[in-house]
Amino acid sequence: MNDYISFTRPLSPPKPEATDLVKVENLGRVFDVSKPWLNRVIEREERKLLKAVTDVSFSIRKRETLALVGESGSGKSTVAKMVVGLLQPSGGHVRIDGQDMWGGADLSKLRRRIQMIFQDPYASLNPRWRVDRIISDPIRAFDLANDRADIEHRVGELLRLVGLDPLDGRKYPHEFSGGQRQRICIARALSSKPEFLVCDEPTSALDVSVQAQILNLMRDLQDQFGLTYLFISHNLAVVRHMATRIGVMYLGRIVELAPTDELFRKPLHPYTRMLLDAVPDLAMSGRPRKAVEGEIPNPIDPPRGCAFHPRCPLAFDRCRVEVPAVRATSTGSTVACHAVDLGKA
Amino acid sequence: MMKSATSTPVLSVRHLRVEFPTRRGTLTAVDDVSFDIAAGEVLGVVGESGAGKSMTGTAVIGLLEPPGRIAGGEVWLKGERIDNLSVSKMRRVRGKRIGMVFQDPLTSLNPLYTVGEQLIETIRTHSDVSAAVARKRGIDLLVSAGIQAAARRIDGYPHEFSGGMRQRVVIALALAAEPELVIADEPTTALDVSIQAQIIQLLKAMCRERGAAVMLITHDMGVIAETADRVAVMYAGRIAEIGPVRDVVQRPQHPYTKGLMGSIPTLEMGGERLAQIPGSMPRLTAIPRGCAFNPRCAHAFDRCRVERPESMQHDASKVACWLMAQDPAKVGS
Repeated sequence: MNDYISFTRPLSPPKPEATDLVKVENLGRVFDVSKPWLNRVIEREERKLLKAVTDVSFSIRKRETLALVGESGSGKSTVAKMVVGLLQPSGGHVRIDGQDMWGGADLSKLRRRIQMIFQDPYASLNPRWRVDRIISDPIRAFDLANDRADIEHRVGELLRLVGLDPLDGRKYPHEFSGGQRQRICIARALSSKPEFLVCDEPTSALDVSVQAQILNLMRDLQDQFGLTYLFISHNLAVVRHMATRIGVMYLGRIVELAPTDELFRKPLHPYTRMLLDAVPDLAMSGRPRKAVEGEIPNPIDPPRGCAFHPRCPLAFDRCRVEVPAVRATSTGSTVACHAVDLGKA
Repeated sequence: MMKSATSTPVLSVRHLRVEFPTRRGTLTAVDDVSFDIAAGEVLGVVGESGAGKSMTGTAVIGLLEPPGRIAGGEVWLKGERIDNLSVSKMRRVRGKRIGMVFQDPLTSLNPLYTVGEQLIETIRTHSDVSAAVARKRGIDLLVSAGIQAAARRIDGYPHEFSGGMRQRVVIALALAAEPELVIADEPTTALDVSIQAQIIQLLKAMCRERGAAVMLITHDMGVIAETADRVAVMYAGRIAEIGPVRDVVQRPQHPYTKGLMGSIPTLEMGGERLAQIPGSMPRLTAIPRGCAFNPRCAHAFDRCRVERPESMQHDASKVACWLMAQDPAKVGS
C-alpha cells in the first residue's frame, strides 16, 4: 500500500539547495474510498484505495513560480493541499525553508509564511463578514498588529495594492464581481506578509479579460514582494505565461518537469506532447491535430507499469510492467518514461 | 428576407431582443442582435459571462425561462418564421429541425433510462419507424459518434459512461433526427483538454457530413479559432463584431475584440505582460448610454457616449463601432 515510499530515487536539484524555499520529497497520498466495514463483509469486497498522489518530488526556488499542470484527477490539487498544510500526506516530506511541515516543525509559525488562493472566489470568502474583517483576519490571527488604527491602515494599503478602493473594506463580498473577489482573496493572502503562495486554479472561474487582470496583478506582486508561487492549473497557455518551471502530472505522478521554455520547445514525455497537441489555440497555424486516443483511466484501478501506457503511441512491453523512474536530462528537465530513456522518443 | 431558395440561410436572426421584466424595471439581455448561418457553416458566438450569448441560443430554440421573453425581432429557420410558433409546434421543431448540445452531458441525459431508450425515443418521436429500426439507427449513430462496442453499450445507463463518452452520446442524440441546425452551448467546457479536442472534431465532422448548420456558443476563443467559419463577438447583449474567423481573431477591428484577443494567453507567446481591458462588463441593470463599451474604451469620443453605433461593414466583417464611421486609420493606434 505504501509502495511509493519504497522508491527512493534522488532527484538532482537544478540549483544549489540553499536557494530552495520549498522542497517536496516522495510525497504521496492515499484516500480510502472503500464501502463501510459491514458492506465489505457482506458483499465480500476488498478495501478500495485511491492513490491520488504517488512519489512526487520537486523543489521551488525563492522568487520562482513552479506550475503543476494536468487534467482532472491528476492529483495536482491534492499536492497543493499537502504543500500548504491542509492535508496530511500518507508518505514523504514537505520542507519549507528546511523545516519538515509534517514532521515536528512548528506549524503555527510556518503557516504565516504560506498562504493559499483558491479557485472559486465565490466560495472562499465568508459572505457574512465585511471585506475589511476578511482581510484583517490573518493579521489578528498571527498577532501582526494590535492597534485598531494600525490594522485599518494596513487593510487600506492591501486593498489599494490589489487595485481596489480602501473604502471597499466596508462592503460585503456579494457586492463584488468575480474578478474583484479574487482580488480580495489575494489581499487576504498577502495580509500575513507570506513568502510563499499556493494558487490552486486562481483564474479558471474568471472570464478571459478578468483573468488577464488577475495574472498581471499576481506577477506585479511577485516582483514587488519577492513572492514564491506554486501555481496549479489545467490551462497550458496560462501556465506558460506565469511559470518559471512546469511539472506535468498524470494520474498522481509528475511525468515531466522542465523549465517553461524547454517544455514548450521540446516536450519529452509522450503525454506532454499529447497535451500540447490537443490544446485549441488562437494561432490557427493549421497544424493537423493529432487525434488523442482514449481517456484518463480510473485512479482506483490504474494500469500497471506506466499509467500512461494504454494511451501512449510509444508504449512497449516494459511500459506495461515497470513504473518508469524519474531521470534527469542534460537540459535540466526530469522525465519518467522508458521510451525517452531508450532514446526512442 | 425572403431571398431565393438557394441563398436562404438555415438560420436567420433579425433584430432579436430578449427582455426580463423585473420589479426594478425591464432588463435587456439581448439587444438588437442579427446574424445568419448558412447550411454547413459553423458560426461561433463568443463573449464573457453576461454577454448574452447563451440567451441568444435559448431564444432561438424557444426555451427562454419566463419571465424572460422575446420582445422584438424575428427568428427564421429555412425561410420559416419560428419565434411566434405555438408551444406544441415549436416542440416539433426542437429536436427534429434544431438539435441541441449543452455544457453538462450528465444533466442533459436522463439518468433513469438507458442511452438506447433515449436514442430510440428521440428517433421515433421525429420519424415513423419501428423500434427495431430505430435501435439499429441508434447503434449506427453511436458508432459514428466514436463509441466502441456500440451494440453493447447502447443498453448502458448514462452513469456508466465517462464525461467525454457522455458528450458523444449527447451529440448522437442531437443529430438523431437529422436536424438542419445544431445549437451547441459550451459543449466542451466541462471536459478536459485532451477530450475537448476529440469532441470538437467529432461535432464538426458529424455536422459537416450531414450538412447541418452549427451555432457554437462558447467563451473559449481557442475552440472558436479552430472550429468556426465565422464568429460573432458579443458584449452586453449586443454583437460588437461579426466576421470570418481569421479576420476577427487575427485582425480584430472593434476595440473590445482587440482587448479580448490581447488578454488571452497563448502557447506561442512567452512571459510578456497580457493586454488588459480596464474595468468589467456592465451589469444588465446599468448598461451605459450610447456604445455599451464606451466607459472601458481607450478610443471613446463624444458620439460614443450618446449614440449607439450601427453595425458597419468593414472588409468582410461587420463592426458596431463609431470609429469605423471615421477615419479607419485611427483605429489601429
